[in-house]
Amino acid sequence: MIPRPRPERFRLRRTMMFMNAQKPGLIKDAYIYGCDSIMLDLEDAVAENQKDAARFSLYHALKTVDYGDTEVIVRINGLDTPHWREDVRVCVAGGADGIRIAKCESAQDVLTVEKATEEAEREFGVEVGRTLLMAALESPKGILNAYEICAASERMFGVAISGGDFRKCMQTTPQRDGVDMLAARGQMLIAARAAGVQCFDTVFTNLDDTEGFEAEVLQNKAMGFDGKSLINPKQIRFVHQVFAPTEKEITQAEKILTAYREQSAAGVGVFTVDGKMIDIAFIPGAERTLKLARACGMWEGDLV
Amino acid sequence: MKNAVGREIPDFLLTNGKEVYQGKNYMDGKYIQKASPRTKRYETPQESKLVESLADALRACGAKSGMTFSFHHHLRDGDFVVNMVMKAAIEELGLDNLTIAASSLGSAHDPIADYIEQGKVVGIQTSGIRGRMGEVVSAGKLPTPAIIRSHGGRPRAIEGGEVHIDIAFIAAPTSDCVGNCRGIGGKSDCGSMGYAMTDAKYADHVVVVTDCLVDFPNMPASVEAIDVDAVVVVDSIGNPKKIASAAARISQNPRDLMMAENVAKVIASTPYFKDGFSFQTGVGGPSLAANLFLEQYMDERDIKMGWAIGGICGPMVELLKKGKVGKVIDVQDFDLDAVRSINQTPNHFEMSASQYANPANKGAFVNKLDFVVLAALEIDTGFNVNVLTGSDGVLRGAPGGHPDTAAGSKVCIIVTPLVRGRMATVCEHVVTVTTPGDCVDVLVTDYGIAVNPLRPDLVECLDSAGIPHVSIEALKDKAYSLVGTPDDLQWEDKVVAVLEARDGTILDVVRKIKPYQLDG
Amino acid sequence: MEVLKPAAAGTLESSDAQVMIEPGDGTISLSLQSSVMNQYGRQIKATILETLSRLDVTSARLTVVDKGALDCTLKARVECAVFRSCGASEENIPWGGAVR
Repeated sequence: MIPRPRPERFRLRRTMMFMNAQKPGLIKDAYIYGCDSIMLDLEDAVAENQKDAARFSLYHALKTVDYGDTEVIVRINGLDTPHWREDVRVCVAGGADGIRIAKCESAQDVLTVEKATEEAEREFGVEVGRTLLMAALESPKGILNAYEICAASERMFGVAISGGDFRKCMQTTPQRDGVDMLAARGQMLIAARAAGVQCFDTVFTNLDDTEGFEAEVLQNKAMGFDGKSLINPKQIRFVHQVFAPTEKEITQAEKILTAYREQSAAGVGVFTVDGKMIDIAFIPGAERTLKLARACGMWEGDLV
Repeated sequence: MKNAVGREIPDFLLTNGKEVYQGKNYMDGKYIQKASPRTKRYETPQESKLVESLADALRACGAKSGMTFSFHHHLRDGDFVVNMVMKAAIEELGLDNLTIAASSLGSAHDPIADYIEQGKVVGIQTSGIRGRMGEVVSAGKLPTPAIIRSHGGRPRAIEGGEVHIDIAFIAAPTSDCVGNCRGIGGKSDCGSMGYAMTDAKYADHVVVVTDCLVDFPNMPASVEAIDVDAVVVVDSIGNPKKIASAAARISQNPRDLMMAENVAKVIASTPYFKDGFSFQTGVGGPSLAANLFLEQYMDERDIKMGWAIGGICGPMVELLKKGKVGKVIDVQDFDLDAVRSINQTPNHFEMSASQYANPANKGAFVNKLDFVVLAALEIDTGFNVNVLTGSDGVLRGAPGGHPDTAAGSKVCIIVTPLVRGRMATVCEHVVTVTTPGDCVDVLVTDYGIAVNPLRPDLVECLDSAGIPHVSIEALKDKAYSLVGTPDDLQWEDKVVAVLEARDGTILDVVRKIKPYQLDG
Repeated sequence: MEVLKPAAAGTLESSDAQVMIEPGDGTISLSLQSSVMNQYGRQIKATILETLSRLDVTSARLTVVDKGALDCTLKARVECAVFRSCGASEENIPWGGAVR
């Protein structure tokens, strides 16, 4: 049995790759491709009459496979199905890092799952509060309630939009420039930032359309997303490339953190780096840049 | 007696000067006495060598029981000729005690398994053996062990007289009435006929079997009329769909692509990756995909490949047409793009198996090879590779050119997933050694790269390029941690196949497997 | 657990195993086919029997067709088949208890 460390609420999540929890050949080593998180799917990828079988597979995969530093999230079935409670039980018992709530529409949905999660944690002797949550917004109502969803629980680390269902509700289809989801993405991002959680974009499903995929990733980065959901390992590299910091950003972050340590030791709160005024508000950003740089293999050091 | 790869070779095989494997290039500098065939003179001018049927051709060549018939495998899994010829020999002429010496055999030849079970076919010499034939040979149905040779080892054995071919059957996509053959221009095209060439020169009798008779002279001929006794026209020599796939496509499997990219990285980290370098790759998923990533490095550094050899398929032809490779020299074609290109695209040439890979001639192409990228069924912690027996001990593969290119090249890279299903590809001991570890330099898997400690120069290359690598033991441990440590296979004493090293020494033997009994 | 009705779980895909279970005659009878029989047959059999014993199944006829499944998959398929055969596979599974 593989003990997993306590999940980190805010960590690097550039790429979350979906895997069918029912396919033994897929889930045994999905981490080798180097995505930040894998998303084992009990929902859409699993046929209605195989939900039970998928849970047994998932349980043993979680208990047996050494996923290393890769985060393991499980997408559970919607709250309108008979499956989600048992899904939560197996996630918690297996020690998944987090649960993705499908079709989340309100803070109450988050609280409902949180309650079941806590019950499961008590039932299986898991530290209460260990299991993280994220929400998938798949409907206009979910987007409108994005802020209350994001802020509903201390366990919440992020929200993701689910393009397929959302576009259907909005009576639109994927557009080259992303205009079909522009408002929703924007609203979700604002809500996530306001609530202080992470924000992830939807999957890009046409694997042959490299150009379209790359355009979407660039737009995600420009809009301020933390990462993207993926359906195929071959999509990982480009996202990591795009979300990597520039050399200039890394140098700047190093300078800020070094200066901050020196100055705060001396009791100084505001100082300048390269002629620019710096205070404590710059520190989380600089730390994030260096963590990202390390994950991208661009930086080695002990500032973060 | 134990050989240089630690395999116990039974004494009864070590007669007539046969030795156990002693290590790479052990035979260097020794002399070989070439055998000469006893061939018939055709002084009186002949209008045509056409005969009515295979049975007539067999009779014309004096076919009798106890003979050795040879075949080439350019028609791959589409081949009809082996079955057709053996049927005529056994069922029409009533022959038995026959030996098949083929450059390879596959599942197209399942019917031959029946002839083995009936005791009509008593000897098999081949590079590859699969399907039902592999099963019956593994079950010990041959009175003498099958002999497995590499593509270079076969012409060595033929030229040196270890294999005496009584009648060579040349499946020919086109032939004229006197037996000038080509691999193109017909309805069952295979392109290169490289594996047939030595057979035609060293067999006592040669029969051409074609399904497309063309006007004399069929030039330039791969097999020449001066070596041919008879020509038989049949309805079809093979299933074109299985001879050459429409186009060998580069794998989209992310695992293959990831490994292929690492292969290219390793290649690009060595000093041999410079303008004019030479290259061979297999057609398996990750091996072929290495082409794609190698091209990116070539573009980046503005260098071109000097030449490529081997079994050829579309992606290599594509590089040739783009001017990124100088010459392609081709012993076999795997897809229609390659078939259509050979001898048509400038600088795409045909070569014989001996020219390609024979260790006993004065320098085959493989000896000048910088890089070869190869697959493996298994590789052990001594870097010994198995491409012949499944992990269940049953014959189902082919050394092919694997041992030859590995031995000749400056850098031999094996690329394989760490595990396949529940089979550990990287293991403690391979079931059968088909390519000795002293010829293998780098292993690339989906869980990491390992360099053979015999190549500290390559370790340095990878280190300076910042390519992480681990020991092969670490990869083996990882594999066993995933799939569990396998139980040792249980064998009977009976030897069912002998694995000759390319130089003719004995590398390994395959014994009859004792299947695991559930309640045993 | 008592096997009440025939049930199956798993597929014949590579790396998977298909497990069929039926009520038995007071003992466990196992028929096993595996693509990795010679190297792993002993371990596969042991895994299946251990799993049944953890679930306290003492009477069943099992037919397993293994396509190179890892132990964790074998366990999952056997457990699912057993729970299905009792009509109890959908909820309140004893994760970490009899299922582990």
